[in-house]
Amino acid sequence: MDILQMLVVIAVLVLLVKPLGTYVYHVFSNEQNRLDKVYGGTEQFIYRLIGLKRREGMSWKVYALSFIATNIVLVAFSYLILRLQNALPFNPNAIGSMEPTLTFNTVISFMTNTNLQHYSGESSLSYFSQMAVIIMMMFTSAATGFSAAIAFVRGITSKGKTIGNFFEDFVKAHTRIFLPISFIFTLVLVALQVPQTLDPTLTVKTLEGAMQQIAIGPVASLESIKHLGTNGGGFFGANSAHPFENPSPLTNVIEILCMWALPAALPYTFGLYAKNKKQGWVIFSAMMCLFLVFLSVAYTSEKVGSPAMNTLGIDASQGSMEGKEVRFGIAQSALFTTVTAAATTGTVNNMHDTLTPLGGLVPLAEMMLNVVFGGKGVGLINMLMYAILAVFICGLMVGRTPEFLGRKIEPREMKLIAIAILAHPFIILVPTAIAFMTDLGQGAISNPGFHGISQVLYEYTSAAANNGSGFEGLGDNTPFWNISTGLVMLFGRYISIIAMLAVAGSLVRKQPVPETIGTFRTDNALYTGLLIGTVLLIGALTFLPVIVLGPVAEYLTLR
Amino acid sequence: MSRNEKNKTLSSAAVKRAIVDSFVKLNPVTMMKNPVMFVVEVGTVIVLLMALFPNFFDSQDRIGFNVAVFFILLFTVLFAGFAEAIAEGRGKAQAYSLKKSKQEMTANKLMGSLITVISSTELRKGDIVVVSQGEMIPGDGEVIEGLASVDESAITGESAPVIKEAGGDFNSVTGGTRVVSDSIKMRMTSEPGQSFIDRMIALVEGAKRQKTPNEIALNTLLFSLTIIFLIVVVTLAPIANYLDIKLEVPVLIALLVCLIPTTIGGLLSAIGIAGMDRVTKFNVLAMSGKAVEAAGDINTMILDKTGTITFGNRMASELVPVGGNSINQLSEWAAISSIKDETPEGRSVLEWMTKQGKSYDSTIADGGEFIEFKAETRMSGIDLLDGRHVRKGAVDAVKKWVAAQGGEIPSDLEQVSNTIAKLGGTPLAVAVDNKLYGVIYLKDTVKPGMKERFDTLREMGIKTIMCTGDNPLTAATIAKEAGVDEFIAESKPEDKIAVIRREQAEGKMVAMTGDGTNDAPALAQADVGLAMNSGTIAAKEAANMVDLDSDPSKIIEVVAIGKQLLMTRGALTTFSIANDIAKYFAIIPAMFMLAIPEMGALNIMRLGSPLSAILSALIFNAIIIPLLIPLAIKGVKYKPMSGARLLSRNVFIYGLGGVIVPFVGIKLIDLIVHVWI
Repeated sequence: MDILQMLVVIAVLVLLVKPLGTYVYHVFSNEQNRLDKVYGGTEQFIYRLIGLKRREGMSWKVYALSFIATNIVLVAFSYLILRLQNALPFNPNAIGSMEPTLTFNTVISFMTNTNLQHYSGESSLSYFSQMAVIIMMMFTSAATGFSAAIAFVRGITSKGKTIGNFFEDFVKAHTRIFLPISFIFTLVLVALQVPQTLDPTLTVKTLEGAMQQIAIGPVASLESIKHLGTNGGGFFGANSAHPFENPSPLTNVIEILCMWALPAALPYTFGLYAKNKKQGWVIFSAMMCLFLVFLSVAYTSEKVGSPAMNTLGIDASQGSMEGKEVRFGIAQSALFTTVTAAATTGTVNNMHDTLTPLGGLVPLAEMMLNVVFGGKGVGLINMLMYAILAVFICGLMVGRTPEFLGRKIEPREMKLIAIAILAHPFIILVPTAIAFMTDLGQGAISNPGFHGISQVLYEYTSAAANNGSGFEGLGDNTPFWNISTGLVMLFGRYISIIAMLAVAGSLVRKQPVPETIGTFRTDNALYTGLLIGTVLLIGALTFLPVIVLGPVAEYLTLR
Repeated sequence: MSRNEKNKTLSSAAVKRAIVDSFVKLNPVTMMKNPVMFVVEVGTVIVLLMALFPNFFDSQDRIGFNVAVFFILLFTVLFAGFAEAIAEGRGKAQAYSLKKSKQEMTANKLMGSLITVISSTELRKGDIVVVSQGEMIPGDGEVIEGLASVDESAITGESAPVIKEAGGDFNSVTGGTRVVSDSIKMRMTSEPGQSFIDRMIALVEGAKRQKTPNEIALNTLLFSLTIIFLIVVVTLAPIANYLDIKLEVPVLIALLVCLIPTTIGGLLSAIGIAGMDRVTKFNVLAMSGKAVEAAGDINTMILDKTGTITFGNRMASELVPVGGNSINQLSEWAAISSIKDETPEGRSVLEWMTKQGKSYDSTIADGGEFIEFKAETRMSGIDLLDGRHVRKGAVDAVKKWVAAQGGEIPSDLEQVSNTIAKLGGTPLAVAVDNKLYGVIYLKDTVKPGMKERFDTLREMGIKTIMCTGDNPLTAATIAKEAGVDEFIAESKPEDKIAVIRREQAEGKMVAMTGDGTNDAPALAQADVGLAMNSGTIAAKEAANMVDLDSDPSKIIEVVAIGKQLLMTRGALTTFSIANDIAKYFAIIPAMFMLAIPEMGALNIMRLGSPLSAILSALIFNAIIIPLLIPLAIKGVKYKPMSGARLLSRNVFIYGLGGVIVPFVGIKLIDLIVHVWI
């Protein structure tokens, strides 16, 4: 039953890839299509409003500058709201202003699509902040990442000087993708008993006669974009494990598909841009293969459970249910965990801290790779970066200088890619080492030993991969953690996106080399294997030593 | 510089020189250029200090281990230097023999009408020099007067002298070559020290070797992998420290050195140098490594028909009698007219006779006077002792000659000669006095093996375009026979450039060969331009490769060498990176096994002890470099085949091999090392 449950969800996802990927392609291809009639009017109005009369293509520099500038404005706006929320409307629970380092962390967290939460929504944010900052940024950060991915794809698949117009992409991502789809999902979730209200926290008398506060609010609207935009920040501290965020197995499956479908469809969109659908499927297959490996590890490991618990005489027939919701069980929890880390959403429906060592390794490893579907757009960009790397290393073996989609990979591209592949381990390992060297960092660890290493490593990996889920168990609302993870999220997001946009800007100018029989083909099974191999050799081996000290050591000593 | 000398494998002297050089290369300033090996060198120094001053580093109990690590690391660096030195050594030997031909010489400088004898180093561009029989040509220049045969064996290794004459495409002479007959007047075209031979010496010595774009890109990747593993290793210490695991510095350095791509880092420059060297060995002089690599990327090859695809001289392929004469009559007279004819056409007639088994009475020609071909008469032949005149030549010329003697012109002559012309052949009429016997069908022949070579090129994904001055019909005939993909008939020099530009606009890389001055612009425009050494200076200047043997079809081999160079680089990179898996499984459990005994589960190779595991991984990492030197220098085997097949073959050998070999190697080394530790 468990396996069938998971297979059905995966099957539905695979069926969604083609239609959704085609839809996304038509949204951004800038060709005339039927969608223009539906959305054109609204968009024209917005363009007029923001003074975007001629939507000319931008060079990569202008594109990058536009998206950074847009993000800076949004960050400033959000910072002010969070700091001043006590004086702003829609604050029925009279929540005070947010502490500066926590605000810094939260604003960056949401702008970078990370949604690492060092606060609990129900006690730290007013309804206005939830809507104007959290939900707003869930839309804008997802749209930013999506635009960057599309621009990158344009760069490596077309010939010219420009990679599209950021503002046009940004607006279209909202009007044609995130707003309509999340609107539908909000309604579906409301129908499935997820609250959507501006009423204050309920105070009810329990059967025992005690008074209990039950937090409610505009949950459904946040829930839909939280998953759709692979954001992951929960309305409540308990995130999608909370019965108001995720009341039933059905909503659980909907939420899984909601966060997974767009990242999974993007490779297909890429295939359409590359005018080679097989190329898109190759990228998709590489992602899916890695995903299936991770899912099997997570599921079996949780199903087997912890030997320590089993020896205590606790019934182990259900697997390790510690920290999981009974209404989801092992399969729905393992699947949710694997998807949330793969799509770097960071929403959780179970406590990752209490996963078995190898079960906990799965989300950790997925975030370290950050290519197994990956967050809004970023996953595709990263996977394509590895695709270029695979071409560079293996392509030489056909006796030609390496080319990807007919574009030669030369020193300039390699330098930029070097920045991106360097940045990821740097911003994970260096802060982790610093945390262990200082009392400020060590003080937060609630579980010493190997698990402590996993806790710290998970926190920074989640920040660097812009995932946002927490291993929790870490007392992380301190200036040290707020500032360090804030910076890691910032670098994790922008360094690689800017470097990869520069790669796109460089490739878009190159005259594609026509394909011949001597060309290194990147659209077959062999290449899929090479791509997976490159991801594992370059991306995963880097983290092997720390993983050995964390989850692997924990697993080996627990046996 | 004879062929034998060049093909000789590593001599013991060369090895000795390379060993010395590998120590010289330890100089950190030069080592910095290779960041991967530089990191190893820094690690070596740190371990050395720890072994020398154990009290200062508090490492008294590990002196033996530290000394062992030091020596393995030192050898890793030395091996890398040795690989480079061996590759360079081969070039140096060539440069040495070239320098011998460049000794100081005198020159007869012409000033007005006076000849002054000066040293060749005092010659300047534009000076006029007279060189006579037996003298050395003092520098690069153009023949402006006269004709001479020149021995160019110093450069080409070819002992047969070549004819150099003023005007035309054979007027360029190279310094250091010798005039063997006659005398020429030449104008210097290079300043001393910048002549062709000087450039050649600099090239083979590798002094001017610049990294190619692909090498730079690969270096960037290797450098960033090094930095990544540096981060991994440096951050590992404090993280392990949290678990109260104290990691020794030499162990961390060992892990670092094993993880960074030392194999490819140590061999990268040797691969590049050896690639250039293979081209030189082939008697092709590449002006840059970039040109050799570009050759591997070629999509389109533009080849001249004459000289490259066909022999260029027209050969008798058929004899057609006219006017009711028999084939035997015609063949006999055709043969007699050719007995004393030394032109290729003449010889081909006699060859045809032998091939067809036709006999003729050669005594008829005894004592006859040979009449040479002249532009005015357009006929050649023989005046026999018995007074008969035998002629063969252009049809209309022979017709006129026969008619002038009152002979009758057979009515079918016109039709026969027209048919031959239409097929792209040249008809030669044969006549004796006033009787016209028939026509020799001269045909341009495709060199043997060309069709197979073009098939190979097609398999490699390379399109061939044939350029010829012939009419479209002739061109089509030859193109079909040779099996080229496209042809351009009645082509002018401008056409070549247009074709190159057209192909380049489609993103293709184009190679071409040429020798004439009017080829120069096209040679410069092409991504790979191979000029013939016999060609003009302008052509050689414009090209990025010069073929010393002046064999245009060599461009095909150059492409293969370029591909082989890139493949070798890719194969060793893949191998090097794939090695990391095994090294991790050797070192990681060894590092932590003392503190966490359960880590033994990761010791899948069942290595003897933590210390022997680390040493074995390090030793493997070091000796794999010299073991791969022969591969780096010879290059991986290249057989022309499609990209997909090449890839799966190489991925299987170097990718999968790269994963498996170190597991086996480290285990074997551990079996030996563990005897002591």
